[in-house]
Formats: sequence, structure tokens, C-alpha cells
Amino acid sequence: MMIPILFFTICVGALAAFFIRDDNSRRRLLVAAALLHIVLTVFAWFDDTTYVFGLFGVDSLSRWFLTVTSFLFCAAAFYAKGYLKRQSHARQKDFEENLLFLDAPEPVFTGCLLLFLSCMTLAIFCRHFGMLWAAMEATTLATAPLIYFHRHHRSLEAVWKYLLICSVGIALALLGNLFLAAALKAEGGSGAQLFFRDLTSPSVHWNSAWLKAAFIFFLVGYGTKMGLSPMHTWLPDAHSEAPSVVSALLSGALLNCAFLAILRIHQVCVAAGLGVFSSQLLILFGLISMVTAAVFIVGQTDYKRMLAYSSIEHMGILALGAGLGPIAYFAVLLHILNHSFTKAALFFTAGNILGRYQTKEIAKVSGVLQELPVSGFLWLCGFLAITGMPPFGLFISEFLILKAGFDSGHIFAMIVYLAALAVIFMAMAYTFLNMAQGKSRLQPKASQPEARSAVLPALALCAVVFILGFYIPPQINDFLHKAAVSMEAPR
Amino acid sequence: MYWWLNAFVICIVLTNIMFLASARLGSCIRIIAFQGAACGLVSLFVYGYPFSPSVFILAVAAVILKGIVFPVLLRRSLEVSRSNREVEVFIGYPLSLLSGLVIFIISLWLGTKLTFTSLPTLQALIPLAFATMLIGLFVIITRVKAITQVLGYLTLENGIYIFGAGLIFEQPFLVELAILLDIFVAVFVMGIAIFHISNEFDHMDTHKMSELSDYKDQEEMP
Repeated sequence: MMIPILFFTICVGALAAFFIRDDNSRRRLLVAAALLHIVLTVFAWFDDTTYVFGLFGVDSLSRWFLTVTSFLFCAAAFYAKGYLKRQSHARQKDFEENLLFLDAPEPVFTGCLLLFLSCMTLAIFCRHFGMLWAAMEATTLATAPLIYFHRHHRSLEAVWKYLLICSVGIALALLGNLFLAAALKAEGGSGAQLFFRDLTSPSVHWNSAWLKAAFIFFLVGYGTKMGLSPMHTWLPDAHSEAPSVVSALLSGALLNCAFLAILRIHQVCVAAGLGVFSSQLLILFGLISMVTAAVFIVGQTDYKRMLAYSSIEHMGILALGAGLGPIAYFAVLLHILNHSFTKAALFFTAGNILGRYQTKEIAKVSGVLQELPVSGFLWLCGFLAITGMPPFGLFISEFLILKAGFDSGHIFAMIVYLAALAVIFMAMAYTFLNMAQGKSRLQPKASQPEARSAVLPALALCAVVFILGFYIPPQINDFLHKAAVSMEAPR
Repeated sequence: MYWWLNAFVICIVLTNIMFLASARLGSCIRIIAFQGAACGLVSLFVYGYPFSPSVFILAVAAVILKGIVFPVLLRRSLEVSRSNREVEVFIGYPLSLLSGLVIFIISLWLGTKLTFTSLPTLQALIPLAFATMLIGLFVIITRVKAITQVLGYLTLENGIYIFGAGLIFEQPFLVELAILLDIFVAVFVMGIAIFHISNEFDHMDTHKMSELSDYKDQEEMP
């Protein structure tokens, strides 16, 4: 019974944040809600009951996604607290065009951040495809005001693209839901209830033409949200114009939720004996995403856009891994955590760099190590981690996916995978090293030390990824193996 | 009963054609309101008498939302915006109508491909649903203004709703309610976004919103 109580407390906190006028207590509420969410996660680990007519509940897959989201949001809450304190409330100068703009009111920002957390939690808890759709669409709507935090016309353009592309994409996923119901009914089946546990049992009679169509619509619909190429077009714009803490959450948590939805329908296809069909499509979209990301990372002039394209690359890796079959599931689950934490740390650091240098152009930033020693260090660590260098955790997960690919005989796919990774490594090395090293061209200001809230969350996330590079605690190892098995044959 | 259903189907087909041909934003909003209400009623008549309470409540909610609430919201954001009341197009109206015809042919063909034997009423609705969805997507692509894109999105949702009419009521009541609520909030948020767009830009032409791209003009670089 604790989970609904905690969840509703967070929801009430989200609504309360819109009305609390005192800045300090509202920021404290944000952190408190994040900590409360960790408590909720702990309860979810030991709770097997389902709630609200079986619409909500947890299985091992959702436990893992919930854990990643929860810790990531906690780090983001601490970062946001400091960020909001540093952000001035007066009209600011837009560094790209010298126009003045205002920020959105802080209560709206905090409230939407918490609503976003609630919607994601709901999406992870869903045990029914229709409810999952509703929760995913709700995340789109809760994040739109967050992207439009800096109220200037570029972020407005980004938010319009985000709203429209994601809404249309998600509408196609709704059609996928209906096709799924049709696939049950077309053969004259009695009921067409879309609960996960019913659909993954082998006794269900499917009409395979409808089910294939359903999978395609799910993949295109949730793939839009997940940032799979060629449906990714909203992603770089939204990530580059949103405040860094929001970009971190979009990349690290929201994209994962969309991936979870795709995994669910993939499970249904596998259980229905159409695993080959869905796997091939996942591999195809994964590879297209990786190649697209590689093409756009080379010669990228904006470092936040570069990080966004890197997210597309990693979503491609996840889709590819899911398509390789049970042999790669362990690596995929591990990669989710590694990518989320690393990418969030990088976005936090990008926010610090943006705050000091007042530009997003790569060419105008140099000497980060000299100007912001801790952020510079994090920037380099994050670079090594995100490109899959040992000893960071991403090396392990990317290598395991590679191994799974060769073991399952996908030689061509793995060649493309390696080529894309190599190109991305070279392009990112050039950018990151140029930014970190060299002489800073800023006027020497009275050097303030970096705020603790600006670097500590990123340091903590980086440390986790670093430790996972050479030591995966046996409990987590066991859990992930069990979760990977349960993905093959869900309850 | 079947006669009623046919009447609504013809209404929806006609609204689709009118939507493609209409040049005034105000009448577009009215057409989509009418179409939304007709879609809500179709879902009622697919199942026939006697109406079960959950079907009835959801159909009434859909009619109220699609027929009254959405048009009011959109009309308000049209009123606060300072742009003119004309639908601006990339593809002219005759060509739009011709494309609509092609879309109808494709939809009829799709209807023969995706068969659904256990529920004949639904089988008859499939081509209409596809046509409405595709016309929604077509409008999103070929119309200039942000508000017409929202109207296209609503048409897409209407098409999905027609398709769902035969299936959707199998799902738990809560799910249907959540889906309707989501679409409501989506239109609400889009309305707010249009308000901000017309304030910030003095227009709502989406093709002029092209600031964000990957490779900017190199001359600005130092």
C-alpha cells in the first residue's frame, strides 16, 4: 500500500509547487520529492502486488528502469536547486542575438519537473498498453513547458516542433494499440484486453498481419519519442534549447521510458512467434540511428546538439541490442544505466560551461580545464565514458553487445556498429579535447570557485559509471541476469 | 441502426473534403468540430442499442470535447493572435482536393488488405478511418499556420477514434478516460503554444520558424 501513497504524495507536491511563492521552500520541495521517489523505488523492489484493477504494478524490467530514473532525477534535483539559485530573475541578454528575454516563472518550472517525474513513474508502472500510451503522451505535455523555460523565439520553435512531432508520433502509437486489439479480435477472439501479462502468454491467438502492422506503428510512434532516426528531428532542437538540467532528464530518463514501451511490444511479438520480424526492424532502426548520429556529430558546431546526437546514437545501440535477442538483454539493461548517468553528467557539465562562456558554439570555447577545473575534468571523463573507453561502464556494455552480435551471427550489423562508434569517437575526441585544453579566451574575472551543486551531482553520476566499469556488485549482476531471463519469457 | 451509421459516415467523408477545400480558418474550426461530434456518435452506433453505460458516457464525453471544447479553445487562440484568418497553403486547393481523392482510393485499397471478419461494421469503417488519418497528416504537412497543424492533428485523432470505435470499449473505462484527457490537455497546451508563438513572432507561420538547424551560416563564425 506504500507505493500509491508515496506516488500521490509526489503528485500533490508537484501541484503544490505551482502555488508555493517562497523560492527556497519550493526548491527544498523539489529535492524532498526526489528523495521520496527513491523511497518509492526501494518499496517497489519488494512489492509484487498490482494496483487499480491490475493496470499498474512492477516487474523486474520496470524495477530497473524505475531505479535508473529515480537516481537520475535525484541528481537532477540537486543540480536544479543550485541552478535556479544562480539563475537571475531579471531580463537577461540572449547571448546569440543580443535580445532580451525572461525565464518562465520558477513555480511553473518546478511544478512541471515534478509532474514530469510523476508521468514517467506512471509510464514505468503501467501493465496495460492503453494506459502506457496515456502516460507517455502525458510526459510529452509535462515537458513542453520545461523546454520553453528560456522564453525566447528559438526555444519556442523547439517546443513547437517537440509538441507537434511527438504528439503525431504518439498518435501513431495509439493506432498501434488499436491494431494490437484488432490482431486479437480479427481471428474471432473473445476479448481484446491489452494487459501485458495476458498478451505474452503463448496461448493467445494472433492474426499475424495485424500484429506486424501493430509493431510497426508502435516502433514508429514510440521511436519518435525515443529519438530513433529518421523520426529524431525534434530531439537536437529540444535538447539544445532546453535548460541543461531538462536536457539531462530528457536524454537520461524520458528516452528510456519510450524504449521500455518498445521493449514491451517486442516481448509480445517474441511471445507470438514473430520475434524474427520485430528483431530485424529493431536492428535496422538501431543501425540507421547510429549512422545518422555519426554523420551529424562530425563537424557539429554546437556542443549541446552534439550531446543530443550522441543520445540518438545510444538509443540506436539500445534498439540494436534489443534486436540481437536474449543474448544481449543483459548488456542492454546495463547500457541503459550507463548511458543515462553519463549523459546526464555531461549535460550538467555542459550547463556549467554554458553558464561561464555564454555560448554554445564549440569554436568559441577553449581552456575549460583552466577556467573551470572540476567541470573540465568532468568534461574529459564524460567524453571517455560516453565514447565507450575503458575503464568506464559503457565499455563493458558496448563490448557485450558487440560480442552478442558476433555470437548471434550479425556480422554486417556489427561492422556498421563498430564503424559508427569509431567515427563518433574521433569526431568527439576532436571537439572535447579542443574545448577542454588550450588557453581560455575569456576576460579574467575575479575567479569564483565552481558551486558545489553544479559539480557534485555530475561527479557522483560519473563515479557510478566508473565503478561499474570494473566492478558490478553481485546483487545487481544477479538481478540483471534474472531480468534478462524474464524478458525472454515474461510472467 | 445501420442507416444512422451510414449517415454519420457520409458526414465524416464530406467534412474531410470540405476541410481540404476551405480557405477560412474559422470555417475550418467549425468543420472539424462537426467531424469530431460525428466521430463521437459513430462510436455510439457501432455497438447499437441498448447503449451500455460506459459506452454512452465516453461517447458523450467525446462529443462534448471534440465538438465543443476543442473548437472553443482553438477559436480563442485564433482571436488573440494577430494573424489574418486565411488558411495559407503550400499546395493549392484544387491540388489538395485531388490529393484527397488519391487518399480515398489508397484507403479503400488498404481496407481490402487489412481484413477483419469478426466485426463487419468495423470492416466497413476501416477505409474511412484511414482516409481521415491520412488527410490529417496531409494537412499537417501542407498548411502553413500553426493552428492548421493543430486542426490536422485533431483530424488524425478523429481517424484513430473512428478506428477505435469498434475496439476501444473493450478496454478498462479508466484507460479510455485517460486517453481522452490526454488529447484534451494536448490541445490545451498547443493552444497556449500558439498564443506564445503569435505573441513572439507576430505571425504563426511554421515555415518561418527555421532558426534551429545543424549547419548554420559559416560567415558568422569567427
